[in-house]
Amino acid sequence: MAVSTVDTAVRTGRLMRALIYALLIFFAVYYLLPLFVMLVNSVKPLDEIREGNMLALPREFTIQPWLTAWSSAQVGVQATGLAPYFINSILIVVPAVFISTVLGALNGYVLTKWQFRGANLIFGLMLMACFIPFQIVLIPMAQILGDLGIAGTRYGLILVHVVYGLGFTTLFFRNYYAAFPTELVKAAQIDGAGFFRIFRRILLPSSGPIVVVTVIWQFTNVWNDFLFGVSFADFSSMPMTVALNNLVSSSTGVREYNVHFAGAVLAALPTLVVYIVSGRYFVRGLMAGAVKG
Amino acid sequence: MAVLSRDSEVSRPDLTPSVRDRFQAWLPKLVLSPSFAVILVFVYGFIAFTGYLSFTDSRILPTFGLVGWENYSDLWSIRNWWRAITNLAIFGSLYIIICTCLGLGLAILLDQKIRGEGILRPIFLYPMALSFIVTGTAWKWFLDPGIGIEHIVQSWGWESFEFNWIKDRTMAIYTVVIAAVWQSSGFVMAMFLAGLRGIDNEIIKAAQIDGASNFRIYRKIIIPQLGPAFLSAFVVLAHLAIKSYDLVIALTDGGPGNATELPATFMYSYTFTRNQMGVGAASAVIMLIMIASIIVPYIYAEVRGGRHGR
Repeated sequence: MAVSTVDTAVRTGRLMRALIYALLIFFAVYYLLPLFVMLVNSVKPLDEIREGNMLALPREFTIQPWLTAWSSAQVGVQATGLAPYFINSILIVVPAVFISTVLGALNGYVLTKWQFRGANLIFGLMLMACFIPFQIVLIPMAQILGDLGIAGTRYGLILVHVVYGLGFTTLFFRNYYAAFPTELVKAAQIDGAGFFRIFRRILLPSSGPIVVVTVIWQFTNVWNDFLFGVSFADFSSMPMTVALNNLVSSSTGVREYNVHFAGAVLAALPTLVVYIVSGRYFVRGLMAGAVKG
Repeated sequence: MAVLSRDSEVSRPDLTPSVRDRFQAWLPKLVLSPSFAVILVFVYGFIAFTGYLSFTDSRILPTFGLVGWENYSDLWSIRNWWRAITNLAIFGSLYIIICTCLGLGLAILLDQKIRGEGILRPIFLYPMALSFIVTGTAWKWFLDPGIGIEHIVQSWGWESFEFNWIKDRTMAIYTVVIAAVWQSSGFVMAMFLAGLRGIDNEIIKAAQIDGASNFRIYRKIIIPQLGPAFLSAFVVLAHLAIKSYDLVIALTDGGPGNATELPATFMYSYTFTRNQMGVGAASAVIMLIMIASIIVPYIYAEVRGGRHGR
């Protein structure tokens, strides 16, 4: 469901319109304020934040907080900066998104074009899985990851994210393929095309939009995950969100607000860039996943 | 897009079933089965396991001595848990109400043939793309009396201005509301906007000819038609509220004291740091029941609606 562009037929007077614009701009400022605060204060020296005003533009511009946040801030035991954790997040996100998207596409294909008895029940069970509070799986998951020998590793986190992303990716592709003309699949079948051939030649070429929606959705969710990261990662596999939280909440020494803000922007950057580049698909994913989830 | 829309089944031409054909017939199920098996084990099996643990004497690690309902009666006698439940009630209701009002309001405003909607809409929505940890960090320092709003307003000359909710035991939970509303309200706006755009303009025009005021048109005609959007918004927000964890950790870490404890933070600390895994498992079960009581009827209605609605 993309947001269409037919506005309401309700008519408004001149004064009313001025008021509407004023309100909208006020709220735009409200939503932008925290981002503004993060950006502005990430390029100020520390004493300028403490003595000055958080809303003021920097008098003295410095990129030192960014360099510190990236490569020398004290995150764990060692002063490594956030860089290794940023890389961890990428190494976790890429395979997790790829695997869950591929599986979701195949599941959606089976559930719509190769229906069998009980397919709806299976889908219903997968769908419910999207909404469970993850607290309910934390204890057995920790156990299983230990048994598999991948506790505290990136592989463990990849597995976790694939498993709990499957419900949504299947949902996305299922709903998308449900609208795809089944006649085409039938015709190909009569021509002797097999299961994978039909998928590759007929469904996949027109799956572009839903692949984008799914990848963005999964990317955002996995990158922003904190609960699984904090539960199952150790220092070698810690994702960015957990590292950022450690950086900000560590109580030793001087609180370097500017470094915290720089780190926060670093953690936000990948999803923010994705959002700016393809916001339309991001919204579609939210709507498909949440509204009709 | 409905959750379950009817799909026609592909009829397979029934020729002599060679090995290859039989394989082809099984292939779809074969492809689906790993995912389904994984969901069965990692979701439903794990739920059963945690449910079982909630009746055991598990402390640091899972153990299997049954203790009946003891963990549940313990749970409801722990002051921290009551704190968490009370906080969830306060946080959840304010979060849902404010997000819904703000989202609906913004959607209605944006729906008035606004120039620059293409710029404003993404601005209202971008917080949803951020991690709660980022949101928490930004608001933590922005609300901090030492350097944030209080300090800013004081530096403008209003020396006696005070805003130290984040350090105040009774007010801290409201700072969680502030940050969470900031993050989610734009998303609610998008849901309502989609609903508004689906309303038939002919009815509105007819009402205008009858001389109805704008306020009346919204109250009597437009808002009543947004029922599905209200329901979706409620379900999404309620389930996000119950799951809330990251934001509290980043913003207040449950503090000051236990002032911003929520069920999710309670579950984590009792399970993994206080070595009361049985109680932690019981609290997780309660969380699951809360979410299921919202989600299951909703999905059930969606599924039924999808079947009958076409």
